[in-house]
Amino acid sequence: MRAEGFSERSLEVSGWPMNITSYKLGQEWHAKADNVSPGAALARTTGASREEAETKAIERAGALLARTQRR
Amino acid sequence: MANYAHPEVLVDTEWVAQHGNDAKVRLVEVDVDTKAYNEGHIPGAVAWAWNTQLADPVRRDILSQEQFEELLSASGVAPDGTLIIYGDNNNWFAAWALWQAKIYGHADVRLVNGGRKKWLSEGRELTTEVPTPKRTQYRAKPADLSLRAYLPQVQKASAEAGAVLVDVRSPAEFSGEILAPPGLPETCQRGGHIPGARNVPWGKAANDDGTFKAAEELRSLYGGEGVDGSKPVIAYCRIGERSSHTWFVLKYLLGFDKVTNYDGSWTEWGNLVGAPVERGGIAAAARG
Repeated sequence: MRAEGFSERSLEVSGWPMNITSYKLGQEWHAKADNVSPGAALARTTGASREEAETKAIERAGALLARTQRR
Repeated sequence: MANYAHPEVLVDTEWVAQHGNDAKVRLVEVDVDTKAYNEGHIPGAVAWAWNTQLADPVRRDILSQEQFEELLSASGVAPDGTLIIYGDNNNWFAAWALWQAKIYGHADVRLVNGGRKKWLSEGRELTTEVPTPKRTQYRAKPADLSLRAYLPQVQKASAEAGAVLVDVRSPAEFSGEILAPPGLPETCQRGGHIPGARNVPWGKAANDDGTFKAAEELRSLYGGEGVDGSKPVIAYCRIGERSSHTWFVLKYLLGFDKVTNYDGSWTEWGNLVGAPVERGGIAAAARG
């Protein structure tokens, strides 16, 4: 088994930067959303397509990021 | 490797592909996200969970000598074996594991340059099979505490400027704008940094592919903040893991003599009653 289609991109969600990494392992797409600095994983998801896995990760991570308070 | 002071502490992914199954080699994956290993890992690698296997489960501390011996025995590591550690997010928590291995005197411990990200992005072989290593009788050396900083040393360094304090968190954490990295639970009462600390975020030491920057770039990065090895250095972050990455860079890639990791970090200092705190660049000592 090898990771196929490894991809990484940045976006902004709830006012915070987010990295989305995705790749295919076997028949399943995997996605991970992290908070860029320091890069802690906020959500790890799977899906039948890259889009499905990434959308789930973005939604879950976005909910966590939205709780972060600036002082 | 890139003119590092101690290139023997790093291997590249191709080396792992060639030697990962050698009899004396034990591969260990240590991730920020402990679920990552289960989706696929380098064949032959065992996993160590940073939050349950690389920390005392009751008191806040790193592993005791006995706990470290048990972990390495169960993982099939011999005292004279080659321990190869890798992980996600530029080897963030892999460096935490290496720091503890050095504290307990394991002679040959190395990081995989680029870690899990580089292995995956290169399309190298992965497996979900979990190995069952043959148990060893590992005996560690007494802890070398010259690699670790405790609160009194940090207080002295801050008050007397006898050592350089390097805060490796993000600028927003350093300034006090946020109390924890975005999306993570707040684990301190106050935001800001230890007075006198310089801010060099840990991730600046890594390239986009997760590998370490070349020695010249690292020297320029840290030297630009007055971290040049002429004074002892104390690295800290929030809970001591990010700073173990910077500790590794300064100690082994740049070869500074006196570098310690303050693993109490901001979750200790930022919760202390009456501790001086700087926010932004302005002293806010003892301010509620």
